Amino acid sequence: MNSTMNIVNPKVTVRNLNFYYGNFLALKDINMEIAEKMVTAFIGPSGCGKSTLLRTFNRMYQLYPQQKATGQIILDGDNILDPKQDLNRLRAKVGMVFQKPTPFPMSIYDNIAFGVKLYESLSGSEMDERVEWALKKAALWGEVKDKLKQSGTGLSGGQQQRLCIARAIAVKPEVLLLDEPTSALDPISTAHIEKLIDELKVDFTIAIVTHNMQQAARVSDYTAYMYLGDLVEFSDTSTIFTNPSKKETEDYITGRFG
Amino acid sequence: MIDIYTRRRITNRLGLIVSVLAMAFGLFWLGWILFTLLNHGLPALTSTVFTQMTPPPGSDGGLLNAIVGTLMMTIVGTLIGTPIGILAGTYLAEFGQRGWLAPITRFINDILLSAPSIVIGLFVYEVYVVHIRHFSGWAGALALAIIVIPIVIRTTENMLRLIPNTLREAAAALGAPQWKTVNFVTLRAARAGIITGVMLAIARISGETAPLLFTALNNQFWNADMENPMANLPVVIFQFAMSPYEDWQRLAWAGALLITFSVLTLNILARILFRQSASNH
Repeated sequence: MNSTMNIVNPKVTVRNLNFYYGNFLALKDINMEIAEKMVTAFIGPSGCGKSTLLRTFNRMYQLYPQQKATGQIILDGDNILDPKQDLNRLRAKVGMVFQKPTPFPMSIYDNIAFGVKLYESLSGSEMDERVEWALKKAALWGEVKDKLKQSGTGLSGGQQQRLCIARAIAVKPEVLLLDEPTSALDPISTAHIEKLIDELKVDFTIAIVTHNMQQAARVSDYTAYMYLGDLVEFSDTSTIFTNPSKKETEDYITGRFG
Repeated sequence: MIDIYTRRRITNRLGLIVSVLAMAFGLFWLGWILFTLLNHGLPALTSTVFTQMTPPPGSDGGLLNAIVGTLMMTIVGTLIGTPIGILAGTYLAEFGQRGWLAPITRFINDILLSAPSIVIGLFVYEVYVVHIRHFSGWAGALALAIIVIPIVIRTTENMLRLIPNTLREAAAALGAPQWKTVNFVTLRAARAGIITGVMLAIARISGETAPLLFTALNNQFWNADMENPMANLPVVIFQFAMSPYEDWQRLAWAGALLITFSVLTLNILARILFRQSASNH
């Protein structure tokens, strides 16, 4: 089987993507599609390029001058790698949550309002509603509704990560990128967030990088297995985990790797 | 043959003894300085120190004009130096990754940071005092500002570099332009550290003598006009302590005590502030 498969309703299409850290080729001719309002998981050993790939979807790599991508990533018909594409508009459409919780040094309320204010000028009550909506979506409202004015950095790790998810969805993006969102969290917080991912895919297209294969199996509809910058196998999650077509994939998911 | 564990214990004990001795040696001098200062300064610290002007030899007086002069020049110097220092430090940490300007600026700043303050005093004398043909409080404040700038640049840059890149990425991922990320996220996260740096700079300049000798000089009389030569504690201490008059020497001790304890207070405040914010993260 080819590593590319046809997805009925692609939100993002990746074509011939190469990625460089300086002269080092970190992603080698990646071709794949990410299905709309589904969860696509990226698995593979450390250094295989899965986070790198995720960071091309919002051109996060542009913060660093030595990094560059060639090829095409098509989101709703536009090639987002085209330098003419407005970065801020792209990032309004593609939100991201990182491995380590990154609350801003401001109140819980302002953490969420910060992103919204970049794109919309809402009245006070509209902003209140948006903050509440986002916190409810991220299953955090009940825990913080009485302390919205307190600092976001005072929350527990799991709460901080849900705050970051709320902050990302408050902007109302269409695609949500999750870069190992639970690797710094305890099992209970992890369960919270996995349940959340299930609920969020009704509204958002989700791409998640994870080191935890059980997590990929639990939350995703499609799974991509990557190794050393190659997309080794990409298929629906049940196929990858029950009947992978490549021996490398099978070795990795059964723990016989290396 | 001693076994390895005994040997380790002995080495450990020896290391500990040497370090404690070194610490005691350092503390001894500091303690002696403080003791001498308190011993001579406290009896001299009467209420007239705060209410009367510096006297001619042989008559009663205080240090009011010098205290006010030091306060004014320190405040103006800080007000001039701090914004420049914070902006330049922010440039170095946040915007200067590409190109040649930042490395050169950083290098020159490091030189300025370690430049003897007398050189800065001479510089201001040459480019400012000579042209207006008289010493002035503004010239003093300017010299102090030039000392503040490199300190604040360095601490601002260092504090901003301590902010993890993930925070910048998180703001960028929301589509925030860089100036907003810097203003509302990184500078805010580094705020306590930057304020600490400013306080340490204030502590540093409030005791500087050399740059004021050539710029503000001194003034025996009450003067709150920065256009005129201005009294200030360090120069008054320098002048009075060297004099043969005992009442002047007493005032010099009182002034030295005042400066030392205000600097000590500022340092302690800076530490408390920094520690509080560190425990918040």
